[in-house]
Amino acid sequence: MVSKWAYAFGDRNDPSGRVMHLSAQAKDRTCLVTAEEERLDAAAALAFKEAMRRLPETAGHIVLLDLSRVTFLDSSGLGALVAAMKALAPTRELRLAGLTPPVRKVFELTRMDQVFVLYESAEAALDACLD
Amino acid sequence: MPNPASLGPPPLPPFRLGGDARREGVRALLRRAMARLEALDLPEPERARIELVLAEVLNNVALHAYGDRPGPCPIRLTCRPGIGNLAIGVCDSGHPMPDGRLPAGRPQQINLPLADLPEGGFGWFLIRGLAEDLQYERRSGRNHLQFRLPLGRSG
Repeated sequence: MVSKWAYAFGDRNDPSGRVMHLSAQAKDRTCLVTAEEERLDAAAALAFKEAMRRLPETAGHIVLLDLSRVTFLDSSGLGALVAAMKALAPTRELRLAGLTPPVRKVFELTRMDQVFVLYESAEAALDACLD
Repeated sequence: MPNPASLGPPPLPPFRLGGDARREGVRALLRRAMARLEALDLPEPERARIELVLAEVLNNVALHAYGDRPGPCPIRLTCRPGIGNLAIGVCDSGHPMPDGRLPAGRPQQINLPLADLPEGGFGWFLIRGLAEDLQYERRSGRNHLQFRLPLGRSG
């Protein structure tokens, strides 16, 4: 069982920004993943998907992705989240937490807020998931 | 008599930015455009909405107009602030739009089993929802896209 894990995919020296840094921590039966980059956009989408594919196995079936540091998400980023959710299924379920207002707006416009389980914050998510 | 200068945001002169979709990437071009728009001091939701539309349009040029084509991928973005809106022009010399038309950008069917959920196709839906007077023309081997972004609306 992993307690702490960090993964950086991509090249920080790439001016186009194709990098994604995730950190993950097992919290009881959930895996709390924090997106450490501010932009989940077309440049970062591939790196994000690759990084999510490399999440360590954890007990429990919920993967909570804390997006509170993400201040920009476009349709590519949204697609990457869908891809990550599909890749984790069926054994694990991806839920999202801490959506900032611009990110939440994209979810509302596309109605994807009806598809993903969304929490106000990682804390609220952990409260809800740990039972 | 109200002073017209006191109505609405401070003026921003029209500007034009040129970049390369591959060399510096969309992120850099977008950052430069948003830096120019700082002068308008827009409320955050409006600023975010503008950034989203510009990102979607520029991504579309990079991905579909230029794709894996070798060589330079020039993009020119023009912005002309108007009364209650920004008139935006995006010009590139990549592939023309299929059928010479803009994608319909219909809302995606999302009431589907997880495995069938779409991972793409949201971009033009967002553009059409947020931009007005969208026009596309292929002229002299270049794609010309024009649209207006409304200012001063809530939400």
